Amino acid sequence: MLSKSETDYPSADLSDFFELMKPRVMRLVIFTTVVGMVASQEFIHPVIAIASVIFIGLGAGAAGALNMWWDSDIDSVMARTDKRPIPSGKVKPEDALYFGLFLSVLSVMMLGLIANFLAAFILGFTIWFYIFIYSIWLKRLTPQNIVIGGAAGAFPPIIGWVTTSGNIGLGSILMFLLIFIWTPPHFWALSLFSHADYHRANVPMLNVTHGKPHTRLQILLYTLALILISVGISFSNLGGIFYFISALILNGYLFYLAVRVYFQNEQLSLGLNMKYEKKLFLFSISYLFVLFGMIFLEALIDRFQIASLNFQLTNIFFG
Amino acid sequence: MKNNDFEIRKRRSSTNIALGLILAIFVILIFSVTIVKLSNGDKMQAYDHVLRPEMLTDE
Repeated sequence: MLSKSETDYPSADLSDFFELMKPRVMRLVIFTTVVGMVASQEFIHPVIAIASVIFIGLGAGAAGALNMWWDSDIDSVMARTDKRPIPSGKVKPEDALYFGLFLSVLSVMMLGLIANFLAAFILGFTIWFYIFIYSIWLKRLTPQNIVIGGAAGAFPPIIGWVTTSGNIGLGSILMFLLIFIWTPPHFWALSLFSHADYHRANVPMLNVTHGKPHTRLQILLYTLALILISVGISFSNLGGIFYFISALILNGYLFYLAVRVYFQNEQLSLGLNMKYEKKLFLFSISYLFVLFGMIFLEALIDRFQIASLNFQLTNIFFG
Repeated sequence: MKNNDFEIRKRRSSTNIALGLILAIFVILIFSVTIVKLSNGDKMQAYDHVLRPEMLTDE
């Protein structure tokens, strides 16, 4: 016979703990980390690289679990999040807390031992920033929550870069800026069509505190800043012809969507079932994914060209 | 009630197997990293406030 405490949360299994780690966010973190590693153009042993990526991913998962523990009261009143493991009653809040703390310590410690302590420090700082600055302090206080809190999501390429090179380069800062400026319009588009959710949960998103027209204007302004940064990267060491062409196409469509969202009014957007807001939200995910994919590609091309140049020089000088 | 207990025990058993696999992967990962680090000439002993001849570099 099982005790009562054992049957209180009968459906908690490993997949629920995996859900606590926000796997979709983790996937994006792992992807941008790998791009940061490759873009640094420094070589480390593949085993060290794979192990580092695993622990950086676990660090992101730790932050996700701790965030779900802290925000479980908000999650339970929002339709978008009420199926998460804690509000659905599958995982006890304290289990999520211990799980997140354990993973945080493990991931930071292991990254320090495997890669270097600067990378581990930035990973630890990122987790701390996401929990204390974003989740605990800003999220329920100010509509600037995701503007400042977005920095947490922008650190992974820097962590990847530092893991391979041991220092923070200009390229990693540009990638940081790209994610940092991308975050507000992405989440504000989501908040426009999840308005009722945020209103009910009393989260001061920009559309709740300043209204939807102001949010639409801010989306447009941040999109313009994002276009400047993402096209500007074309002319840095990260960029190249493939990146530049992709950036032009992606930014063209992003700008079109941002303008359409700006010129929507309440009746029009409800009549269209928030079509353009949803399109902007979904497209912004592909936008970031493709741009980072292009940075990855350009880094590989650079490396290949250097290798080919070395080969030619070797042939000239040594026959 | 018995069926419920059986279901929980069954689920717990598969969770234990999955946890065992995760631990095995962890051990393999740490072992591989150790082999790579030692092959690359990383120090095998940490500094313990006493200078040892093997810690001196060729310079």
